[in-house]
Amino acid sequence: MAEHAPGAPTAPGAPGTARATGVGGLAAFRIIAAMWIRSTMTYRFSFAMTLLANFVVTFFDFVVILLMFTHVEGLGGFGFAEVAFLYGTTSTAFGLADLALGQVSRIGRRVRDGTLDTLLVRPAPVLAQVAADRFALRRLGRVSQGLFVLVWSLVLLDLDWTVLKVCLVPLMVLSGAGIFGSVMVAGAAFQFWARDAAEVVNSFTYGGNTLLQYPPTIFARELVRGVTFVLPLAFVNWLPALYVLGRPYPVDLPESTAFLPPLVTAVCALAAGACWRAGLRSYRSTGS
Amino acid sequence: MRLYAAVAAGSFRRHATYRVATAAGVFTNTVFGFVLAFTFNALWDERPNLGGYDKPEALTYVWIGQALLATCGLMGGGGFAEELIERIKTGDVAVDLYRPADLQLWWLATDLGRAAFELAGRGIVPMAVGALAFDLALPGASGDLWRWPAFLGSVALGVVVGFAIWFLVSLSAFWLMDGAGVVQVAWLCGLFFSGMLLPLTVFPGALGEVARVLPWASMLQVPADVFLGKYTGWGLAKAYGFQAGWAVVLLAAGRVLQLAARRRVVVQGG
Amino acid sequence: MTDRETDAVSDFIELEDVRKVFDVRRKKGFLRRERHEVRAVDGISFTVPRGEIVGYIGPNGAGKSTTIKMLTGILTPSGGRIRVAGIEPSRERTKLAHRIGVVFGQRTTLWWDLPLIDSYKLAHRMYRIPDARFRENLDRCVELLDLADLLAVPVRQLSLGQRMRGDIAAALLHDPEVLYLDEPTIGLDVVSKARVREFLRDLNATAGTTVLLTTHDLQDIEQLCKRVMVIDHGRLMYDGALAGLHEIGESERTLVVDLERELPPLDITGARVLRVEGPRQWLAFPATASAAPLVTEVASSYPLVDLSVREPDIEAVIAKMYADRAELG
Repeated sequence: MAEHAPGAPTAPGAPGTARATGVGGLAAFRIIAAMWIRSTMTYRFSFAMTLLANFVVTFFDFVVILLMFTHVEGLGGFGFAEVAFLYGTTSTAFGLADLALGQVSRIGRRVRDGTLDTLLVRPAPVLAQVAADRFALRRLGRVSQGLFVLVWSLVLLDLDWTVLKVCLVPLMVLSGAGIFGSVMVAGAAFQFWARDAAEVVNSFTYGGNTLLQYPPTIFARELVRGVTFVLPLAFVNWLPALYVLGRPYPVDLPESTAFLPPLVTAVCALAAGACWRAGLRSYRSTGS
Repeated sequence: MRLYAAVAAGSFRRHATYRVATAAGVFTNTVFGFVLAFTFNALWDERPNLGGYDKPEALTYVWIGQALLATCGLMGGGGFAEELIERIKTGDVAVDLYRPADLQLWWLATDLGRAAFELAGRGIVPMAVGALAFDLALPGASGDLWRWPAFLGSVALGVVVGFAIWFLVSLSAFWLMDGAGVVQVAWLCGLFFSGMLLPLTVFPGALGEVARVLPWASMLQVPADVFLGKYTGWGLAKAYGFQAGWAVVLLAAGRVLQLAARRRVVVQGG
Repeated sequence: MTDRETDAVSDFIELEDVRKVFDVRRKKGFLRRERHEVRAVDGISFTVPRGEIVGYIGPNGAGKSTTIKMLTGILTPSGGRIRVAGIEPSRERTKLAHRIGVVFGQRTTLWWDLPLIDSYKLAHRMYRIPDARFRENLDRCVELLDLADLLAVPVRQLSLGQRMRGDIAAALLHDPEVLYLDEPTIGLDVVSKARVREFLRDLNATAGTTVLLTTHDLQDIEQLCKRVMVIDHGRLMYDGALAGLHEIGESERTLVVDLERELPPLDITGARVLRVEGPRQWLAFPATASAAPLVTEVASSYPLVDLSVREPDIEAVIAKMYADRAELG
């Protein structure tokens, strides 16, 4: 029998002080995500099949746009390459956000079945634990198809590239992921109060992604204003992308707003973080 | 039969109690409806009469799609798949397999109850909003009124086909580990091949011909065309026959899979 | 400062007038909702010194789980003061997490689809347990909880008893100083229950781990806890030895006797007949008294076929406590 029994304090008097803080959010995410990847990999055939199938079917989304362009030359005055550019930027951003934070939408279910409690007794941020839940590599499918379409559009586009425009492309994708991610987290936090309202978030995430795949010129002006000033989804790609494409934005704004996405992302992330903390606090004070 | 009617009624009532979820669904369907309607609007601006629809018909198609999205189970899991997969993974399904009630009929009854509620609860409001915001081609003239019941009949068949597909998808969890991955594949296939994103009549060439005879066409394309009056007389009967045919084939396939699953449960003991 | 520290050691868990009030909205009619307050925990104070095993019992909805959730930092108390190892649980949840182990009887923390060992590997990394210590603790748990053959088995394939053993091991790998168990034996078979109890006793004896357990099973308490606390309607009704609880509650055990034939109610000193059903009779006697003289008397005076003794259950004990209080005032 081992001399040291589990449960015995390491150093009497000051037990646990050496490891008083938990793992950080990123580390927790990495540890949990790695577990899920390992678990799906244990059944290789099943894993490979679903991964492959997912890669194929995520392309259907873009095939729709291809099919549209078999019938028309342009949509709302935008050609195929330009629409593909919009599609590629928003889809990559959305895919990245979904990869990292898509699972937080399951929080309502966790509250309902009580499994949130088991996360609260672990020494890691709850958000990271929830985000990494059921992490699946197949969700890379969305990112890769977005990137594929983005690269394709860049090849097709005939633009006067400037350093600024070149830098703006990766910047908008990363900021866009941040904006989508913030919406996901804020939406999840909302579920602490309205447990069954998970679907509302979909209209802003999936719905927003679909909206941003098309040029703003085809939508009603009020809708465009709404996603510019109220829920700033337009900063995911519309504003910066239209600057890159050298086209005017249908809502009159100074050109410099094309460079606002990082700032907008920071504000959104702060707001989402505040929502999340408020939600969790509310859960911990009501227990339901 | 009385049992299954009771199950369906119970399921209807259960879904009717999810008020917040229903409101959330209505909101989401309305938002999606608007996004799609604007893209269709732009498309039909460029090509009036694309796919044999004029613009009001194309816009009506969008809102029918939103009304049927939840009803026919075009959205991830069709309302019951996730629950059934969970039961399979936890092994609770063994209990279901040995219940005196038949597994497939039991879930079908549940799903019919759910669909009936969702057609009323989640279909009507987005359709009304769409009609207020856009110029739609709703059957209103006295000569057209038959299209409403004809549409409901087609929707009912579409719901059964949708159920049969999701039942097959769910049972695959007996053999495939990543249930969520299979659900996602089925979901995206459904969205694409039902004509939710773009009417199948717009699909070009061979792709269009294939897409129009796949089962998913029963879940939106056919009911929408019935609603828009594209089928009359013998054509309507053939459209119903197409849907009913897929329903029978897919339900039978589900039956075979169910027997195989039961054998598997017996062998593995759960 | 030094005084406080010694306090923290001797009174490892401290609760002072702790309250938890829930706002419950009940549906009234179609849209109207009625708000009302539920005092799940209504002013509870107690301390538990390091190394004690304490049973925390009470009927469903009494506030047991709410107390555990406040002690583990899941819930924030509405009022009062809680300290566990000198830490305020709700404020320093993650810091506390390293020093406590939690087992929810009806809710596993193990990874459902993965082999049992993977859940332990996760704990290893999540709690940053030093490698050598992890291996040592795991080996010990595997040996004492008989988990060797289960490590490679996906959790979903484990029986309830096996899963509970697995959960207890998972809660102990990081050397917690206190272990909270919420209904650890619920739904387990007799053998599993015995094994779990034996392990907890051993853990407490060798490692000095403080254990606080809620249960419905009076045998858990009898075999494990010297001290028991009874909670009902959010208030502490009793805090002391189990024997004392029987005395206060004047609870009774029941002797069930099967006779050769139907007889009028038996006349036995120190017992009264509760019920007669054909040849079977139920006799109540004080829980503190020994059953032996009764059995002797019955066997010598009546044609006895079989007999058994039934322990009072917690609900009965508490019901009795209530009745007595009502009488008193």
